[in-house]
Amino acid sequence: MALHVDDLRVYYRTLAGDVKALDGVTFDVADGEIMGLAGESGCGKSTLGNSLIRLDGRMRYIGGHAVLDGEELPVWDDDAMDRFRFRAVSTVPQYAMSALNPTRKIGRMIHELLRARGVEQIGGRQEIARRLELVGLDRGVLDLYPIELSGGMKQRVVMVISTLLDPSLLIADEITSALDVSTQKAVAETLVGFRDRGFVKSMIVITHDIAVLHQIADTILVMYAGKLAEKAPADEIVANARHPYTRLLISSLPEVGVRYAERRLTGIPGRPPSLLDPPAGCRFRDRCPLATDRCMQEPPWIEENGRGIACWEAAAMPAAQADAPLVAGAL
Amino acid sequence: MLRLDHVSKTYRVGAFGRGRLAAVRDVSFELRPGEVLSLIGESGSGKSTIGRMILRLLRTSGGSITYDDADIARLRGDELKEYYRRVQGVFQDPFSSYNPIFKADRVFAMIRAEFFPRVGQDEWRQRVHDALEAVSLNPADVLGKFPHQLSGGQLQRLLVARALLLDIRYFVADEIISMLDASTRIDVLNLLADLKSRGLGILFITHDLSLGNYISDTTIILRHGSIVEMGETEKVFGDARHPYTKNLLASVPHMHEKWQSNGSGPGTNGVAQPAIATPELVLIEEGHLVAAS
Repeated sequence: MALHVDDLRVYYRTLAGDVKALDGVTFDVADGEIMGLAGESGCGKSTLGNSLIRLDGRMRYIGGHAVLDGEELPVWDDDAMDRFRFRAVSTVPQYAMSALNPTRKIGRMIHELLRARGVEQIGGRQEIARRLELVGLDRGVLDLYPIELSGGMKQRVVMVISTLLDPSLLIADEITSALDVSTQKAVAETLVGFRDRGFVKSMIVITHDIAVLHQIADTILVMYAGKLAEKAPADEIVANARHPYTRLLISSLPEVGVRYAERRLTGIPGRPPSLLDPPAGCRFRDRCPLATDRCMQEPPWIEENGRGIACWEAAAMPAAQADAPLVAGAL
Repeated sequence: MLRLDHVSKTYRVGAFGRGRLAAVRDVSFELRPGEVLSLIGESGSGKSTIGRMILRLLRTSGGSITYDDADIARLRGDELKEYYRRVQGVFQDPFSSYNPIFKADRVFAMIRAEFFPRVGQDEWRQRVHDALEAVSLNPADVLGKFPHQLSGGQLQRLLVARALLLDIRYFVADEIISMLDASTRIDVLNLLADLKSRGLGILFITHDLSLGNYISDTTIILRHGSIVEMGETEKVFGDARHPYTKNLLASVPHMHEKWQSNGSGPGTNGVAQPAIATPELVLIEEGHLVAAS
C-alpha cells in the first residue's frame, strides 16, 4: 500500500472560528494507482492535497495519520516534513504556470533547485533533457526563460522538475483547469506517462472536472463539504455512481452530443453547508432527494467490492432501485 | 439584427506599442433574435475581443458592426444609451463585476438612476422582482446582501437580471459560467436558453465545446482571430470538416469513451503555432462554412 490516510482532520483558523475543511477522511492509494479527487469548490479537496505536502500558516492539524510506504508522514511538523518533500511526496501546484523563477533560465533554475535541496545532479543535464523530451519538450527549453514558454509548456516543465527524484506520491492540484482542451489532453496524458514509466509510484489528481478524471484516473474519490462521499473505479463513478450527490453531479454535466433542445439537464438546488458550523449527520442532507430521518446521524463509510460510500439510503438500496433516475428537488 | 462585417482588431504590443498583434481578423457573422450563437476558441483566439467590440468596450480596427443597420461606432449620446438599452453583456468573473463595498443590488439602483429616473418606487420594486423571478432567484435571498454573502451562481444571475431590467434584444455572455461549480453552472446555462425562448439573441462565448454544443443553434470556431468553421451546431459538431475543429473535438474529455491516442504524443499539441494567413471561408453545404486549408 503506497499511501494510507486515516481520519485526517485539518481546520482553517479564522476570526469567526474553525472552518472544518477536512473533517475526518480515511482512504488508501495503492501502488501504481492514479486516484482522482473530485468535488466542487470548498469541498476540501485542495486542503487534503496540501495537507499531505505542506500545511500553510492558516491550516491547523487536528488529528489523523498519513502513512506513506510504511513510514508516517509528520504532516503536523513543517520541518520534519522537509525530509519527505520532493523526494517521497511531490506536488504540481495549482499555480504551476507561475511557479518558475522569471529571472533564471530553466536549466539554471533546476540546477540551483537541486543544489539547494542537497541533491547531486542526477545524471546531469542528460537525464533532465531526456525527461523533457518524454513530455514533448525540446532540450533547448533549458536555455530559455519562462516567459518564452507557453502555459502548457511551463506546466510540463514543472511536472518534470517535480518528478525528477522519482517520488512515491505525486499530488497534482487542478493542473489542467487553466489550459485549452488540446493542451489539457497532452498534460493529462503526460501524467499517465509518468506513472507508466515509473517516475512516480502513485498519484492523487485533484480537479473539479470529472470528465478529465474519467480519462486518466483508475479510481475517483468524491468529496462533499469536508468529508468523503464515494470512492469507486473511475468507470463505475461515471456509469454507476451510488451516492446521490455523485449521481446528481454527474447528471448535471453537459457532454458533447447532449443538446438543450433534446434533453434539459438540471443542477443541484441549494448550496453546500457552511463549514464553520456544519450540520450534524450527513452534510448533503438538505439537498438530497433521498434524505430521511436516519440522515440526521452521520452515515458510516461502508466499503465493499472495491468501492466505498457514505450514505444511509444508497448503501441500503437494492441495485435495481439504484438505477432509477434521481430527480433533484423531488421532495 | 446584430451584424459584423469584416471586423478586425489589431492591438499594439511591446515597448511604445511598436509591435502589432492581430487579435481578430476579418470576422463576419450575424446574430438574429431568438438565436444562440456560440463563439468557441482557445485562449488567444480573439473570442472575448469580439464580445468587447460588440459592447463597444473596444474600438474595431477595421470593418463595421451594425445594429439594425446603424453603425455602432458612430452612436453618440442618446443613441448610444439606446444601444445599451438593447445590448448588454456579462463577463466571466462574477466577484470582480461587483464593488465589494456596496450591496449587490446596487447594480439595479444604478440602472434605475441611469435609464428609468421617472419610474415610481413601487413599480420599480415590481420590475426588480419580475426580473429576479425570470432568473429563478428568490428576492429575499439576494436583495440587501453584500457580494461576498452570495454564491457565484447567484451573482451571475443577478447580473443577468440587471440586463433584463433594460429592454434588451441581444446579450453577450462571455464565459459567464466558467467560474461556477458544476452543480450550479447548468442552471445558469438553462437560464440562457430561457432568454432565447423569450426572443433574445445570445452570443455565447466559451472555450468549452460541450457547453457550446448543449445550448447553441449556430457555432463559430475561431483560431488565431479568424473563423475556421461556422454553421449550424449539428453540422459543425456532427460533421466537422476543418482539421483544427476535428482536433479540438478529439481532445474533449468524454464520459463514455476514452481519448483516442493519436500517436503524435504530447508536445505537438499546445505549442504555439506561427501566425497563419487569414483563410478563405468556403460554403460546403447549406448552413456550414469551412476555412480552406
